[in-house]
Amino acid sequence: MLEIKNLHVEAGEREILKGVNLKVEEGETCILFGPNGSGKSTLLAAIMGYGYCKITDGQILFRDVDITNMSVDQRAKLGIGMMMQRPPNVVGVKLGTLVQAAAQGDTCVLDKSDEFRMGNFLQRDVNVGFSGGEIKRSELLQLTAQKPSFVLLDEPESGVDLESIDLIGEKVHDLLYTNKCKTPEREGRVSSLVITHTGQILDYIGADKAYVMGDGIIRCSGRPMDILKDIRERGYGECDSCKLIKM
Amino acid sequence: MQTNKDVNEIKKALGKKGAYGPDIEMEKYKEGTYTPEQIKDLSKTSEDVKDRLIDVGIIASEADRSGTIVFIDNGMSHCSNKIQEGVEILSTKKALAKYDWLKEYNWKAMDPAKDKYTAKSYLEDSDGYFVWVKAGYHIKNPVQTCMLLNKDKSIQNLHNIIIVDEGASLEIITGCTTSKHADESLHVGVSEIYIKDDASLSFSMIHNWGKDTAVRPRTVAILGKNSKYVNNYVLLNPVGTLQSFPVAYLNGEGGTCRYNTICLAHKGSDIDTGGSIVLNAPNTSAEIMSRSITRGGRMVTRGRLVGNAPGVKAHLECRSIVLEDGGVTLAIPELETSVADVEMTHEAAVGKIARDQIEYLMSRGISEDDAVSMIVRGFLVGGIKGLPDNLRKEIDDAVEKANFGN
Repeated sequence: MLEIKNLHVEAGEREILKGVNLKVEEGETCILFGPNGSGKSTLLAAIMGYGYCKITDGQILFRDVDITNMSVDQRAKLGIGMMMQRPPNVVGVKLGTLVQAAAQGDTCVLDKSDEFRMGNFLQRDVNVGFSGGEIKRSELLQLTAQKPSFVLLDEPESGVDLESIDLIGEKVHDLLYTNKCKTPEREGRVSSLVITHTGQILDYIGADKAYVMGDGIIRCSGRPMDILKDIRERGYGECDSCKLIKM
Repeated sequence: MQTNKDVNEIKKALGKKGAYGPDIEMEKYKEGTYTPEQIKDLSKTSEDVKDRLIDVGIIASEADRSGTIVFIDNGMSHCSNKIQEGVEILSTKKALAKYDWLKEYNWKAMDPAKDKYTAKSYLEDSDGYFVWVKAGYHIKNPVQTCMLLNKDKSIQNLHNIIIVDEGASLEIITGCTTSKHADESLHVGVSEIYIKDDASLSFSMIHNWGKDTAVRPRTVAILGKNSKYVNNYVLLNPVGTLQSFPVAYLNGEGGTCRYNTICLAHKGSDIDTGGSIVLNAPNTSAEIMSRSITRGGRMVTRGRLVGNAPGVKAHLECRSIVLEDGGVTLAIPELETSVADVEMTHEAAVGKIARDQIEYLMSRGISEDDAVSMIVRGFLVGGIKGLPDNLRKEIDDAVEKANFGN
């Protein structure tokens, strides 16, 4: 579904990604681990096509189509969607308007906004004054409206209180497996690439594969639970001396 | 004509340039028409005129309007009052003939010798509209007033008086526009606004001129105790040169005043706008909000708050987006006081439209053009209080038409 080949990306005049190779198969849920500053968010932003990520080399293929130079909206129309960790405030644009635009006329999600505990936010400006948890729920509501076939989730559980984590987890689960708004023609699971530090989200979604990023490259890959256990026990320091460094 | 000023002094003021904006040679304009076509039924007038009215928020059918007064060039063309009780809508001249007391309001708020434009209006004894709400009446639907410039290369010169008496309230929607063939004309409109104790006025002005039209409105408002005044000004289409600097005096305790200005400076447009609020009484408050977009034109936004009494609270906010290189964007916020117990603040921001916001919307499958339009529309009305719904619609339509993506 998604294949990244030797991707080099500069952001703020600094090379952040230094030759990333990665594959996500159709219907697969892949986890991306890695210490702060290793380039995980930049990788997701580069896949979505954000302008601040300047691709200097390499290729991004989505369903065998080269999307390396495509605009953000073209990628979205192909079926890629992203949950940002810190989306910008958009003053004067109501959340309801954005959800409706993302749904392309299908108002089914707007009716479900209460399930996301977002009913009272539809008339508010997008992200303005939203708390950490509210931002996550708003992002998930938008994505659910958008119905992507491939989602990029940047730390879906960060900044969320323990009580809300269940709701977030459930909605992420629904997004990947049973997006209730999905049109009948879309079969199978939604593919995803998910950044997590704590692994908390793994209580709600079954992951197929995990990658570990370090200093702008993929250091290793493996079974998500094994890798998470290693990271928990030995930290990322181990990566530097790891013999598995070459995939 | 009533004024304390010596006529010679006012004649001298014919040579006095405006404080701001490029000087206009009034001599090069022809005299405007004083006897325009009389329109009995606005909905039966020509499509051209009707379209122009719609563009400035005037409803030809007059549905949901309390009354309508239309001036074409320098003469009244239509006047209707659907509710009669509590509100009087007349031409200024007829009103002065009918009510002797009106001389106490005629040219009392505005100094005729302020500049050449007011002097011209005074010396020509310009007519205009008069709207008076009697004490205690709350007029539910807006009164709409329209000033249409129809004769090319001419001066339109008007003098309006609005009085909202004690405890009364009123909403006015006023649209000023030109006929398509009358691009190169000059509009001068003097408005004197009196808002008495416990009264309230919402005054929304929508302008839609030609690309070569020169515009010099002159507005002064005087507010009484616990009165409320909202002044909305919207200009989104091309204009030659427009300069306006309305002044409001809060002379009674507890009065509040708010200016909202929403402008778009197209290439070739020279816009100098904003306004001043003078807080003369204790515990008065004021807010000046301005949102502008420069697209190759010249955009000057001024804001001046003067706090002359204790307990004054006032805030001024100028925000501008510069959509493309070229043109000029200038924000000039001013705060002035000599009183210790005041709270006056301002903020100004000029910059480009945020790329991360555009891309964020695009990531939801929205095209770049649509994303820019959504953000621009949001920028123009976001955080602006007291904007009537129909104004929001005008703004939406104008943003749509302006096609910001390209």
